[in-house]
Amino acid sequence: MDELKLYTYIAVFGTFGLYFAIAIWARAGSTSEFYAAGGGITPLQNGMAIGADWMSAASFISMAGLIAFLGYGGSVFLMGWTGYVLLAMCLAPYMRKHGKFTVPEFIGDRFYSKTARIVTIVCLIIASVTYIIGQMKGVGVAFSRFLEVEYDTGLYIGMGVVFFYAVLGGMKGITYTQIAQYIVLITAYTIPGIFISFQLTGNPIPQLGLGSTLADGSGVYLLDKLDLVVTDLGFKEYTTAKMGGTLNMFAYTLSLMIGTAGLPHVIMRFFTVPSVKAARASAGYALIFIALLYTVAPAVGAMARYNLMNTIEPSAGQNLEYEQRPQWFKDWEKTGLLEFSDKNGDGKIQYSADANKNEMVKVDRDIMVLANPSIANLPNWVIALVAAGGLAAALSTAAGLLLAISSSISHDLLKGILTPDMTEKTELLTGRVVMSVSILFAGYLGLNPPGFAAGTVALAFGLAASSIFPALMMGIFSRSMNDKGAIAGMCAGLGVTMLYVFQHKGIMFIPGTSFLGDMQADWFFGISPNAFGAVGAIVNFAVAFIVLKMTQPAPQEIRDLVDNFRSPHGEVAAAQDH
Amino acid sequence: MENNNTYWQENLRLILICLVIWFIVSFGFGILLVDELNTIRLGGYKLGFWFAQQGSIYAFLGLIFWYSKKMNDLDKKYDVE
Repeated sequence: MDELKLYTYIAVFGTFGLYFAIAIWARAGSTSEFYAAGGGITPLQNGMAIGADWMSAASFISMAGLIAFLGYGGSVFLMGWTGYVLLAMCLAPYMRKHGKFTVPEFIGDRFYSKTARIVTIVCLIIASVTYIIGQMKGVGVAFSRFLEVEYDTGLYIGMGVVFFYAVLGGMKGITYTQIAQYIVLITAYTIPGIFISFQLTGNPIPQLGLGSTLADGSGVYLLDKLDLVVTDLGFKEYTTAKMGGTLNMFAYTLSLMIGTAGLPHVIMRFFTVPSVKAARASAGYALIFIALLYTVAPAVGAMARYNLMNTIEPSAGQNLEYEQRPQWFKDWEKTGLLEFSDKNGDGKIQYSADANKNEMVKVDRDIMVLANPSIANLPNWVIALVAAGGLAAALSTAAGLLLAISSSISHDLLKGILTPDMTEKTELLTGRVVMSVSILFAGYLGLNPPGFAAGTVALAFGLAASSIFPALMMGIFSRSMNDKGAIAGMCAGLGVTMLYVFQHKGIMFIPGTSFLGDMQADWFFGISPNAFGAVGAIVNFAVAFIVLKMTQPAPQEIRDLVDNFRSPHGEVAAAQDH
Repeated sequence: MENNNTYWQENLRLILICLVIWFIVSFGFGILLVDELNTIRLGGYKLGFWFAQQGSIYAFLGLIFWYSKKMNDLDKKYDVE
């Protein structure tokens, strides 16, 4: 076994052992502990757990790669996924004050309607399941690349680990495990960033390194050099390349921001803290922990792109001989994520924006973060750490999503609507059974990814942005909003968003069934389907208020309920057993 | 009740201030005005690019902590802790 493989086994199985130990130590004994960790998590702990919950395989593995190739256009992910401000100010404190376990429960109470609760359950399950497929794929890919096991085997190991600590520990086990996973993933992300920043610019802080001059003595700024290198090869200038038009970037960012605020597995975390004050503080801590990764990501992206370009063409016209390509190039060629085709037969590698001349026929964006340490010749233990970090990011998000799904089925659908007289013990058992079934289902989808897997992550955000977020906002900020308005709004917002996504991406993402083309020219004002959640949300608000005007406003007891959760006064100890 | 009402009004005013700043740093500086701001430099960064990839995130952080602190003061003032 070579050194790299040995280190990788140590890092991956060492961290798994840690998660197991935590799971055994923090087993859940009651429904309150299972769903909300007994309401006893401190804001600092909760902040880390939210960070791990939020930062998925997509944040860890894909985002810097997207930024590397999109340049400035990739900013939508940075601003969109850190747009926590709405959640922190407009939702979290009031939902915490209301003191229930789940998002459907809050909506059901506020809009005094089982229908509203069911609509929310449906949105939540679709959004969470689509999101979980991506995590499961991430686990499989990380295992197969780093430990050289089959993709399937990797997936089974991942399922086994999540099963153990999520089913056993519930929210309590998941929270403490996520704290450990946060530490693993942030270390794994920042260390290569620090190394590479120091190598390229002499400044070890990546956030500052990105704005510094190159360490090669030329005195040229890194970003200026990168702009020059990419435009020479015909690519768009790194620091100004827009994604679509300005309106598309605006709508995309807004969709991700309100989608973030409306994703139930993140909102749920705010039910775990002891008070309203702690809920506000949690959001702040969470953003510190998230920002740590999100401000390093643009540096990692730009530096990885620079290193890649520099490896292929060390100076203008001096292209790399294919036979002399470095080891990482060969490793990734084996995975099929990197492909070279010697079009002009000169034995050298040409990388160009011109499709006829470009010989790097495939450079998968996802490999940028994973290959980055090898491109920069970093020590093997750093590469091993990245493997453990990627797995921590995927597993922690998967566990949070599983909890959101199992609580919405066992707590909202069964206990809340179908069999209200269930005892706590039965509910706890049901929660565990539902979670086990969800893991198997998610694993099945990970093994047989539906053709639409890539498109569905956008759908998850679109759904949360166009259905759940507006309902929560109106529930808190309008005392008179009634059941009919909220339900009509959710259905309209959801309907418009799904229609738009389907008409451009195919009905249920089946290729060939889209009735409008998936090209920018066909888009409504140039807004891409991924960015349409923002429009769906506006439709939701508009329909809800029109319906409200035509029907009876919410009754007095609901207005009193709203007044009650608007003020922290007479706070209930969170999420008590009931 | 009256007391609760003014507490809520003050809270809304705070949220509004925060959201205006939130909008200006991200959508304003990072997207709508990015080309204009890019003519100004911050070290190796073009300013608009910096807001989009760094500055807006720092501003979000500041906003959340400021709001949290202000609200704790407000809770004390209206005795609703």
